[in-house]
Amino acid sequence: MLAVDLPYWAQSLLRVLGGTVAVLLPAGTIVYLFLFKMMSFMQSRLGPMEAGPYGSMQLFAEVGKWLQKEDLAPDGADKRIYRMAPLVVLVSTFLLVAVVPFGPDAYFTNFDAGVFYMLAVSSISTLGILMAGWSSANKYSLLGGLRAAGQLIAYELPMVLAVLGVVIQAGTMNLQQIVVKQNSDSIFGWDGLGNPYILTQFIGFAIFMIAVQAELTQTPFDMPIAESELVSGYMTEYSGFRFLMFFIAEFATAGVFSLIASVLFLGGWGVPFSWFGWDATTGSVDNWMNVAGPIIMITKMMALSGIIMWVRFSYPRFREDQLQRFAWKVLIPVSLLNIMLTAILKVAF
Amino acid sequence: MSEFLRDYLTVVWFAAIALVLAGLLLGISALIRPNKPSLQKSMPYESGVNPVGDGWSQSQVRYYIFALLFVVFDVEAVFMFPWATQLERYSTAGLVEMAIFVFVLLLGLVYAWRKGVLRWV
Repeated sequence: MLAVDLPYWAQSLLRVLGGTVAVLLPAGTIVYLFLFKMMSFMQSRLGPMEAGPYGSMQLFAEVGKWLQKEDLAPDGADKRIYRMAPLVVLVSTFLLVAVVPFGPDAYFTNFDAGVFYMLAVSSISTLGILMAGWSSANKYSLLGGLRAAGQLIAYELPMVLAVLGVVIQAGTMNLQQIVVKQNSDSIFGWDGLGNPYILTQFIGFAIFMIAVQAELTQTPFDMPIAESELVSGYMTEYSGFRFLMFFIAEFATAGVFSLIASVLFLGGWGVPFSWFGWDATTGSVDNWMNVAGPIIMITKMMALSGIIMWVRFSYPRFREDQLQRFAWKVLIPVSLLNIMLTAILKVAF
Repeated sequence: MSEFLRDYLTVVWFAAIALVLAGLLLGISALIRPNKPSLQKSMPYESGVNPVGDGWSQSQVRYYIFALLFVVFDVEAVFMFPWATQLERYSTAGLVEMAIFVFVLLLGLVYAWRKGVLRWV
């Protein structure tokens, strides 16, 4: 519930506007700050400098450019599916952000099975990518789409199992409760920092970030895109605004996954509750956290997506067989062991 | 309507705003973009070489095997979530039972491994 009493339509409107900002703002920031500027500096060049001061208006110029491009579809393509595919990917991003809490009262939805919902919705984009790859009637696209599907399902599992460790520790699947738990728990009786799960679930956090890297098809896991061999894989045939939709969805999802990772492992919107004498409920949290919460979340989001992009710019691409071997023979056994270890420690203490 | 169902309605609004936003921009794009179809443009792109045969070529069966493995493991993972939320109540008994379950799960993985299913080549 919101602190001020609003009719249902106004609440929904606020939420939908907030959701749009929560999707587009991270996407824009990540693309400009990391993809344009950080990558350029890491490669000893300046990046875009013409549009606006330091090229900061470049994004708007890009959108304006893509809007004017012709919308092409190959003759043999399955046209209806071909046109729907980018929409499916974009919708999945919007559905994913709906579950992220930004403050004690600043949330879009408050599912008791929030973790379930998050994992379920995040795999919808696989469907969109497979649709794009299949319907293009292009050999590159088909290969890219199949690779993407194979990769996304292989890394879905370590991600699910890594999140399971957090659920065991928190004892709930409600993301809001997970945040509260992290900030109000104590480490061996000392509650000065709460108990952010990055400390106790470090293996889980590492597996989660690796899996996110693969789910986003960022280098070193970018075989489905693979510009040098598959010419952008499932996106080969797309042009104009439909291509841009894939592009926006990719970076928006990077932002949303960083938000989710900070909710699960870094303590989300909260500050350690013992600092202000709050107890372990959202009701006791002061109202100003609804303003401070989103700022804290965005700070953590920038840090995590910065790491994702940093890895992307630093590593070469894996081979397809290395990718599958890494998921099935390393990540899944390790995450299963992590779950058992967490469960034993949870029962023992 | 209960609070629970309202949350799911919010999800529907989120899907709707994504479609509306994309539709709006596609509409703007449709107004200002050129449309000059030609034979070359509508050919599948294969790095400038004229494509040979159908775009829907045969693909590897391994993808199918990995998908099957995934379904097995994912269903098991779904089964573990409700257990994870209630572990504090189940305590040692629940822990032992889940240990047996995970052991059987690992046996399945080892079986697939020994059969060479996890090898890509």
